[in-house]
Amino acid sequence: MTTSVLYGLTGIALFVLGFYGLIAYAELLRKILAVNIMGGGVFMVLVAVAYPGSDSQPDPVPHAMVLTGIVVAISAMALALTLSRRVNKRSDE
Amino acid sequence: MKPDDRDSSSRSLALSTRLFLATACLCLLAVLGWGFLSIPLPQAGLRDAVNAQIGISGVSNPVTAVLLNFRAYDTLLELAVLLVAVLGVWSLGRATPTPRPPGPVLISFAGILLPLLILVAAYLLWLGAHAPGGAFQAGALLGAVAVLLHLIGRDTAWLPPMGLRLIFVSGTAVFLAIGMAVTSAGRAFLEYPPAFAGILILAIEATATVAIGAILGALYVGGSPGSTRRRPDDKVLGA
Repeated sequence: MTTSVLYGLTGIALFVLGFYGLIAYAELLRKILAVNIMGGGVFMVLVAVAYPGSDSQPDPVPHAMVLTGIVVAISAMALALTLSRRVNKRSDE
Repeated sequence: MKPDDRDSSSRSLALSTRLFLATACLCLLAVLGWGFLSIPLPQAGLRDAVNAQIGISGVSNPVTAVLLNFRAYDTLLELAVLLVAVLGVWSLGRATPTPRPPGPVLISFAGILLPLLILVAAYLLWLGAHAPGGAFQAGALLGAVAVLLHLIGRDTAWLPPMGLRLIFVSGTAVFLAIGMAVTSAGRAFLEYPPAFAGILILAIEATATVAIGAILGALYVGGSPGSTRRRPDDKVLGA
């Protein structure tokens, strides 16, 4: 019980931290990292909600959703990084 | 970075705006935290529904059962997302070649690590049926194999030009083909017959693992290999 509260609140703190970074900084790389941190926070909240305590089995559906989410986050981040490199190359010219 | 510095500092926020933003974020934190604490926690969720059906899913690990059977549609689309990402990255231009030749330490270290990574990936793929593991964990390791191969200059140029593309598509294609094939027996899309569910899931996961590994490696390289126009270079790399 307290474990999932701790993890969930940490996840929310990460989400808000990432949200601040997304708005406060102008560099594309920082924005991409900030979105990634927000995503990490959401995953932590989902895993925390699925955790019922050490003596019983966790809910597998949020776990599967987090696994799917991680892969989607990686794909989005790779595409965003390539796009940002392209933008930087263009603005250097 | 250099030309951007002046630009981005002039675009960065004033102190008052920054303080306002920080206050707004603290309010958001409070609201979200209050919302989270008002969820009645421990929740069974869909655990009992999964446990009731796991006997016919073909695997005994509940997470794999959800990923590859009960909510297989999600996983199919996730492979499609990977495919779209690599299409996007490849269409944004060629990859920049690795800046310097790999040192002897990296090459011999890769010689030790590469077979080990492939072995562990195969183990994780097999393990996924009854314990934490599966196609994505194994695919991530194969992605590391592809990154290492890239770093030591052994790129995928030895593959025929269509080879890499076929591997990228294979994960989604096999998944889709199996999902469609079961409909011919009067079942719903992706509703495997329980007797064959285990072997079908293993087939889907095995092709998905290779496709995920190849796609993650290509995402790291960050551009198309440009095999049609840079043929001589590619041959040097592949030699």
